[in-house]
Amino acid sequence: MSDTDLPASLIEIREDFLALEKQDKLLLLLEFANELPELPEKFAEHPDLLEQVVECQSPVFIFVEVDENRIVHLHATAPKEAPTTRGFASILAQGLTGLSVEQVLAVPDDFPNTIGLTEAVSPLRIRGMTALLGRTKRQVREKTAA
Amino acid sequence: MAVEPDPSAAFAGFAHPERLVSTAWLKAKLGTPGLVVVESDEDVLLYETGHIPGAVKIDWHTDLNDPVERDYIDGTEFAALLGGKGISRDTTVVVYGDKSNWWAAYALWVFTLFGHEDVRLLDGGRAKWEADGGEYTTLPSTPVAVDYPVVERDDSVIRAYKDDVLAHLGQPMIDVRSPEEFSGERTTAPAYPEEGALRAGHIPGAQNIPWGKAAAEDGTFRPVAELDALYRGQAGLNDGDDVVAYCRIGERSSHTWFVLTHLLGFENVRNYDGSWTEWGSAVRVPIVTGSEPGAAPKR
Repeated sequence: MSDTDLPASLIEIREDFLALEKQDKLLLLLEFANELPELPEKFAEHPDLLEQVVECQSPVFIFVEVDENRIVHLHATAPKEAPTTRGFASILAQGLTGLSVEQVLAVPDDFPNTIGLTEAVSPLRIRGMTALLGRTKRQVREKTAA
Repeated sequence: MAVEPDPSAAFAGFAHPERLVSTAWLKAKLGTPGLVVVESDEDVLLYETGHIPGAVKIDWHTDLNDPVERDYIDGTEFAALLGGKGISRDTTVVVYGDKSNWWAAYALWVFTLFGHEDVRLLDGGRAKWEADGGEYTTLPSTPVAVDYPVVERDDSVIRAYKDDVLAHLGQPMIDVRSPEEFSGERTTAPAYPEEGALRAGHIPGAQNIPWGKAAAEDGTFRPVAELDALYRGQAGLNDGDDVVAYCRIGERSSHTWFVLTHLLGFENVRNYDGSWTEWGSAVRVPIVTGSEPGAAPKR
């Protein structure tokens, strides 16, 4: 996929990060962490619906919904002691929610490595976001399988 | 000029009680000339969410590791890092962090590779500071840069390389990973990312004492009698032993290195930072699976 095919939401997030120095990248990631919305009530009451992303260093759970218009909604929750993980989840929740099934499945698996965060948080930690994206795409596939 | 140690009775039984400070001590000493507080966490953003007033951040991965080679930074880089944080060679450094000081202990161990003399841990780390009502601020700390001398790192005393461990087989070794990693059921800690090892199991002869057993529920170190029962009792260590500790990348075993060296007084403890991600992928090194230590191969 060429850059022009990447959804506008993800291009914007990437450009915002790439424009910043290392310390400001961290602060932007923290902004994302603080913006992670609370889970909808139906999930808060049914933690069994959530899938744990075991590749992340801290407990993070995701749930993907595909609505009747084949639009993807990503919900995630992670503890406040894990702001980096919250930030990763928030980037994906904001960048993927509202996209079509096809658009989400077409997002390159290495998108997390391309937004300029690898150096700021370390390659080891960025793997957590790669795993989040991978599991999100897998859930989308499962939920749209005929 | 070192800041006086914390005289807390709680630390009195430890071999080197001056290596720990309590939250009460730190609250009273914040701002003392000659004292710098360092936060070192697993989560690279936690400091930014709020830190002890005046504390500076040192990240284990982005600051202390060489960005290219799998090694620590060198003396020149260490001098620039510490000087930039307002730390002089004679500064008293108190390190604290998340997860029972797991990463704080790793930073302390790296400071020790460079021979920084007065480096201590805040017992219980972030969790205890919060539980005791300690203050946080999001205001950036603005340390005044000072000169820190360029000191060559000395890996010969507290760091073990793979070849050192091969030569050490048959002598006391502590594997501080989870029982599942030790036995070979898995290569990573439960709920942690895959960090790449081709084989699962442990180094022959190693005793399995997961690092977290040394920490109480509130994140502080367990009393000396309980630590003795773990390491002298269960693991069978004896005074004078030459001990190697390892985990997956050398961070959890830094915590155990601190316990053995500073709390229990073992004088010859080395941390094998290559740990399982090196040993479990190295060609032609012996490994053992299952829950028993197993025997070192005949040589």
